[in-house]
Amino acid sequence: MKRVYVNEQWCLGCHLCEYNCAFANSGEADMAFALRGKTLYPKIHIEEDGKVCYAVSCRHCTDPLCVKSCISGALSIDDGTVCIDRDKCVGCLTCVLVCPYGAVAPGPDGAASKCELCLKNSCGAPACVEGCPNGAIVYEEREAVTV
Amino acid sequence: MKQYLIVGGGIAGIHCIEGIRSVDPNGQITMVCAEADSNYGRPLISYYLEGTTDAVKMSYRGEDFYERNGVIALHGISVTKLDPESKTAVLSDGQLLSYDAACVATGSSPFVPPMAGLDTVEHSFSFMTLADARALEQAVSPESRVLIIGGGLIGLKCAEGLYAHTHNITVVDLAPHVLSSILQPESAEVVEEHLREKGIELLLGDSAKEFQGNRAVMNSGATIEFDLLVVAIGVRPNTGLVKEAGGEVGRGIVTDSRMQTSLPDIYAAGDCTESRNIVTEARGVLAILPNASMQGHVAGINMAGGEAVYDGGIPMNSMGILGLHLMTAGSYYGEEDGGRAYLYKTEGGFKKLFTKDGFLTGFILMGDLSRTGIYTAMIRERRPLDSIDFETVFRNPSLIPFGRAFRRQNLGGEV
Ligand SMILES: Cc1cc2nc3c(=O)[nH]c(=O)nc-3n(C[C@H](O)[C@H](O)[C@H](O)COP(=O)(O)OP(=O)(O)OC[C@H]3O[C@@H](n4cnc5c(N)ncnc54)[C@H](O)[C@@H]3O)c2cc1C
Ligand code: SF4
Ligand code: SF4
Repeated sequence: MKRVYVNEQWCLGCHLCEYNCAFANSGEADMAFALRGKTLYPKIHIEEDGKVCYAVSCRHCTDPLCVKSCISGALSIDDGTVCIDRDKCVGCLTCVLVCPYGAVAPGPDGAASKCELCLKNSCGAPACVEGCPNGAIVYEEREAVTV
Repeated sequence: MKQYLIVGGGIAGIHCIEGIRSVDPNGQITMVCAEADSNYGRPLISYYLEGTTDAVKMSYRGEDFYERNGVIALHGISVTKLDPESKTAVLSDGQLLSYDAACVATGSSPFVPPMAGLDTVEHSFSFMTLADARALEQAVSPESRVLIIGGGLIGLKCAEGLYAHTHNITVVDLAPHVLSSILQPESAEVVEEHLREKGIELLLGDSAKEFQGNRAVMNSGATIEFDLLVVAIGVRPNTGLVKEAGGEVGRGIVTDSRMQTSLPDIYAAGDCTESRNIVTEARGVLAILPNASMQGHVAGINMAGGEAVYDGGIPMNSMGILGLHLMTAGSYYGEEDGGRAYLYKTEGGFKKLFTKDGFLTGFILMGDLSRTGIYTAMIRERRPLDSIDFETVFRNPSLIPFGRAFRRQNLGGEV
């Protein structure tokens, strides 16, 4: 299945993916209106230490710990995509406690929020990928990496 | 066609069914559950009482789960006996069921020690089931004075649920602090201060000596008048079925890493079992929901002829209590046990991380909880600390200090 991957050596750390993500999931038509002056809740975020930088978002794990740990059944796998029913979620944050990639965070209403590959919003494909100025984020099928 | 029997329709039972179906789409599955309700997240009962979820949203895998999975679901009936020789089960309504593989997912029951005069209390409750939450919802009014015996997770979550109805709540615990099994005294004091600020009375280091109708006489001599009593002292794993059938039972039902009991074709999963603690290597009951789902899933796959392994877990909890959120995991070692603690101030709280023998072994966090799963993974996977700049991760959870090769494997391909 296709997932979002980040080519670390190409990431500029410009944070545009975070803005594009927040906008794509805002339900608004105008980016400035959707984001200006607001606290953003992007589902992808940059990790950086001055030497390396790259974006991280949900890995859509094949055997996701978040789904096994969710106390309400709000997290589920739909055709490989790990989805959240935010209406069911009670905000216990057990998913934040277990996700090994730090890819879930509470949203504005306290319910958990995570990447759903933009399959449920109006984009239909990941907005972070589309908007990355350096082509560092890709949406493609990959095998497991063995070392 | 293979016949499967699942005893218990909690999280372990549901995941067992999903595990079976991932291997065997056709076998006949019968699920027998003593409770009238099944297929709901047990931890949600406090949210139900609070009014932040409802019976429909609480359905863990949806109302049509049993139908979708071709499961015969029997509710309000219990399995009273398992006979591993004839591979049959006796049900409380007299039925005899044959099985090829059975899973005991019976969970735990509230532990109510003998307390003098408990039978004189008119409104006494446990807090384990949706039925308990419904009964409390019916009984409570804004004027109700509630006495909760037990300041552990279940007692405090019950207090939170009831707080939406009444603020006259007293919590009693024999231990000197609340949440004594998952917090240290200093962190427990933060929770205690928070609860007292909300108007909840705490009576710690004390216990009820005797009940006289609507009054509790405490060991300290204090008396407490109440309308509703909740006993939330602890839980005991339901191991009887396996024990009586001759299976090995320690603190919980003993299984191998395939979740099979010592009895042929009888598996077990969830709160009724004991598991290996990855940090301490000790075996004990890890009565948390993620453990129940993982074990149930593994049991199901193996029952259906697949191959899956569960090799242990760690205690962990993410818990909100009236607006204060905390996360804990693993084991806490101090210098006296050859360990070391690292304490950091964070936005609105603190984090304390514990190490021993070159591994992260546990943590207590309040305030900023973001990306805590990175720590949990370090504990669970026993990632050696000496190969990374661990204090950087301790200050700020990220994957950077784990290095490029780690990231290539974890972020660069399917996981
Ligand atoms: C108030 C509360 C809050 C909690 N909060 C959390 C939390 O935040 N995080 C967390 O990880 N865990 C939490 N837990 C623990 C969590 O609920 C359990 O670990 C989990 O539900 C275990 O699932 P299980 O399937 O093993 O057992 P259970 O959910 O207990 O299910 C067992 C089922 O088997 C049935 N049964 C028993 N004996 C028989 C029999 N002989 N025949 C037929 N049926 C039988 C029972 O009626 C029950 O329905 C909480 C528990 C409570 C009570
Ligand atoms: S939220 Fe975390 S655990 Fe869940 S699928 Fe995504 S990366 Fe995996
Ligand atoms: S916060 Fe929501 S999605 Fe996450 S584990 Fe709790 S109920 Fe499930």
